[in-house]
Amino acid sequence: MGLRADMHEHALDNLKYIRSTMENTTAFTAVPGYGMILVGCSALVAAWLGNGAKSREAWLAIWTAEGMAAILLGFIALIWKANHSGVSLLSSPARRFGLGFAPPLLAGAIFTASAARANHYGEVAGLWLLLYGSGVITGGISSVRPVLLMGMAFMALGAVALFTPGEFNDICLAVGFGGLHIVFGIWIARNHGG
Amino acid sequence: MAAKAHLDLVPLPQKAVNLDQLIHERVRLGIVSALAATKKLSFGELKEILNLTDGNLSIHARKLEDAGYVTCRKYFLGRRPQSEYELTATGKKAFEKYVNHMEALIQAMKPKEK
Repeated sequence: MGLRADMHEHALDNLKYIRSTMENTTAFTAVPGYGMILVGCSALVAAWLGNGAKSREAWLAIWTAEGMAAILLGFIALIWKANHSGVSLLSSPARRFGLGFAPPLLAGAIFTASAARANHYGEVAGLWLLLYGSGVITGGISSVRPVLLMGMAFMALGAVALFTPGEFNDICLAVGFGGLHIVFGIWIARNHGG
Repeated sequence: MAAKAHLDLVPLPQKAVNLDQLIHERVRLGIVSALAATKKLSFGELKEILNLTDGNLSIHARKLEDAGYVTCRKYFLGRRPQSEYELTATGKKAFEKYVNHMEALIQAMKPKEK
């Protein structure tokens, strides 16, 4: 290969490197670690309250309230982190994250409404974990490694919850929405800017 | 366009010499590219994005800082000291010039079709 072709290749390679670095960077800063820790703590409280609930309806009401609180907490933390790191929530990585994350959550909400209507709660906890995990993976597909690992862990736990007796549901939810959020939240907060 | 016109006038090896060598180095090119994509990045974020060791990142970030291409703000997050990097106007201009230079090189050095 001649000098001319070498330089052409080298310049192309440099531009590819610049592009991929910029893409990695913009996908990187969206997920709030501290927010996840807070969400995890609130989920542990919900798991404790849910475990003592007198009826399945009360249990569902507790977890529905927790779901709404978690969305609110997560959103506030997302705004805080975006402002702190100077990233726009209207940027394409942020939009990509939202578009990937929202559909599985919406599917979970619809499934929950249907399960409540049929008074059939057996698979609710497992499917929540499974769908949340898939949302984390699809939303964070181009994000940092802990986000993908957390999604996989949620999906694995969801599968476990689906194949274990109902009395273990609260434990699975506590380990997932509580424990996994806290562990991965600390990891992200310590290594990925808050 | 100016870069391309310039390339047409000088012999081949000179074209490479005229590159901004400070940015041309791979690690520093990565730092500047990452900072060009977002407003600010912490030391930990840069380290993760570029997959670098603390020492390697420090050395190259310092060179860019000395050249006035990036600024470094030091602060405490709780008890942990943090460094936050940002591209300066000079750094942004140098990066744009480098990208233009690369694009011009690609055009100018395109292998001739037989």
